[in-house]
Amino acid sequence: MALGLEHYLILAAVLFSIGLYGVLTRRNVVVILMCLELMLNAVNLTLVAFSRYVVPALLTGQVFAIFVMLVAAAEVSVGLAIILAIYRGTETVDTEKFNLLKW
Amino acid sequence: MPYQLAWLIFLLPMFSFIFIVFVLRLFFRSRPQLAGYTIITALSGSLILSVWALFTLLSGQEIAVPDVTWAVLDGLTIKLGLLVDPLTVVMLLVVTIVSLMVQIYSQGYMHGDAGYHRYFAWMSIFTFAMLGLVLADSLLFMFVFWEMVGLCSYLLIGFWFHKPSAANAAKKAFIVTRLGDFGFLAGILALYLNTGTFDILELHALAVSGTLAGTVLTWAAIGLFAGAAGKSAQFPLHVWLPDAMEGPTPVSALIHAATMVAAGVFLVARVFPLFEHSTQALNTVAVIGGITAIFAASIGLVMNDIKRVLAYSTISQLGYMMLGLATGGVAVGIFHLFNHAFFKALLFMGSGSVNHATGTFDMRLMGGLKKYMPRTYTTFVIGALSLAGIWPLAGFWSKDEILITSFEHQPLLFWLALITVFMTAFYMFRAVFITFGGEYRGGAPSEHGGEHHSAHPHESPGVMVWPMIFLSLLAVLSGLWNVTGHFAAFMGHGETHGFFEGLFHPFTQPLPWISLLLAGAGIFLAYAMYSKKWLSAEKIGGMFQPLYKLFSRKYFFDELYKNIIVRKVLLGGLFFIFQLFDSHVVDGAVNGSATIVRVSGGAVRRAQTGQLQLYGLFMVLGIVVIVLALYFL
Repeated sequence: MALGLEHYLILAAVLFSIGLYGVLTRRNVVVILMCLELMLNAVNLTLVAFSRYVVPALLTGQVFAIFVMLVAAAEVSVGLAIILAIYRGTETVDTEKFNLLKW
Repeated sequence: MPYQLAWLIFLLPMFSFIFIVFVLRLFFRSRPQLAGYTIITALSGSLILSVWALFTLLSGQEIAVPDVTWAVLDGLTIKLGLLVDPLTVVMLLVVTIVSLMVQIYSQGYMHGDAGYHRYFAWMSIFTFAMLGLVLADSLLFMFVFWEMVGLCSYLLIGFWFHKPSAANAAKKAFIVTRLGDFGFLAGILALYLNTGTFDILELHALAVSGTLAGTVLTWAAIGLFAGAAGKSAQFPLHVWLPDAMEGPTPVSALIHAATMVAAGVFLVARVFPLFEHSTQALNTVAVIGGITAIFAASIGLVMNDIKRVLAYSTISQLGYMMLGLATGGVAVGIFHLFNHAFFKALLFMGSGSVNHATGTFDMRLMGGLKKYMPRTYTTFVIGALSLAGIWPLAGFWSKDEILITSFEHQPLLFWLALITVFMTAFYMFRAVFITFGGEYRGGAPSEHGGEHHSAHPHESPGVMVWPMIFLSLLAVLSGLWNVTGHFAAFMGHGETHGFFEGLFHPFTQPLPWISLLLAGAGIFLAYAMYSKKWLSAEKIGGMFQPLYKLFSRKYFFDELYKNIIVRKVLLGGLFFIFQLFDSHVVDGAVNGSATIVRVSGGAVRRAQTGQLQLYGLFMVLGIVVIVLALYFL
């Protein structure tokens, strides 16, 4: 059985859904951040797959994926820095406990 | 006389004001007397020009001043112009002479006062406004000056604003006259809406030709009279004038005796054809004038403050003028105004002079000043005799004419006026005998004014005495203008006759004898009660206890206004309703919109749970909705 475009897309969809589920259900901020990375990678996978199967002569999707990784790296560093700062103040990484501005 | 000079008559004091405020006050602070010299110079110029205008008119020429366009609105051109006729010229003379004398007098009276510049600046602007009021040829232009003299009156009554009584008196004067001014403005507008003009001469013509008549004319005239009554302190708007005595005495002499309070009388005289063609309006003037005359005189009988005696006397005499206008026409009323201005300014200066010496206005603390202040005494007695109407002083001539004309036209008011003659003579000589007769009773208590005043009263300096002497000459002589009937002829009615014939004419009639006898009786009664003490004033006061109380409490008018009108009607009724409207309707609208925002905000804020995952869920749901929408639509 040869691997077709649909297989990549299904894999990407599964990865994305796992990531989304994690983001919406986990309490630990670090885990949420990891799940976000999962979602981003699922997107990268679709980009590369489309590029490879639809326009093989061009490298558009690959270049785009590299950009996303770059931005994701920056995002992770900022996100981790914020989490660290919150942790220093509240001694916790549980989103339920981040309620200083709650009414 | 070139017409341009007519503008200069009232602009000269304006220049004086500008010079004092912007030059002297800023750069010559250390030499305040310059302010006095400035205004005296300016007023001398105005006086010379006024006299020139008088002689121009006397020689039969006219002074026509072309109008200047002031403002052009849609369909309405407002013009400024001056009207120089005999009435104006007489008023110009009164204002410039009295103002000049008062300014000279003020040099002595205000000497050393911290507000010296301010005083002369306001005096300048007052004289400017008063002369402008007299010269204006349209009611609108006149109203501008009318309000300006009201403002100056406020500023000068409250000149010593650190005294609460002066500040309150200033407010009272301003607010009470404002009631009358409302009528004045309504009258002007009623006339404008019905005729389309503010011009006084055009209004005269319309009234004479009968185009302007009936109810409109009556109500417009009564509106104008309301303004006049407020300014001239006529019953029932008289309450501000006695309190206005809180101002410096020269101010009382100029504004509250000779000029501004006479503006009301002048206004009625200025638009007299309007009154002449409305019997109801004319009767209103006569009745108010007659009532005011006797009403104020009766209060004057029992006052202990020398300036209050003079203030009530002024109100009473203004009532006389109104009565004279209503019964005898312009000449009769204005002639009394003319004479009254000089002798009443003189009497006020006299009261200022004794205040200068004793530090008080309370006559009970004076006494015996005849010995110490012979010149003040002499001039004061001349003024009093003139006011009492003793032949052949000025007051006699004009008062007599008013009595004659009121006898012919308003017999009932004539009796009131006749009783007033007796009262006038009595209260004036009561003041003379208490102040100048007997032994000196010590002046002001020492915490106010100090020993300097109390120990040895002395004659005032020459700069104060000379204006009094000059005015006492006028108080004797000014009445002689009409002995030949010349004044009335100048004003446009009556004919002239020989001088000596006129001088002794009164003695051929019964009425002058009666009024002279009554005045003599008043003087004699005052002599008996306060000089010789044959009759005890206390005993007589005790005999007429209720009446005495009524007079000394001023017919309870202050209480009536304060407790009934202000407290009950205004505060309790009208203002209470306004307050309800404000707190419920206006505040309700403001609070209502705030409540709506707050309640809706309270409802919406429930969405802000602060739970990260919930936000994320809604974002995802949102995206799903958008995607579905794009896919299916």
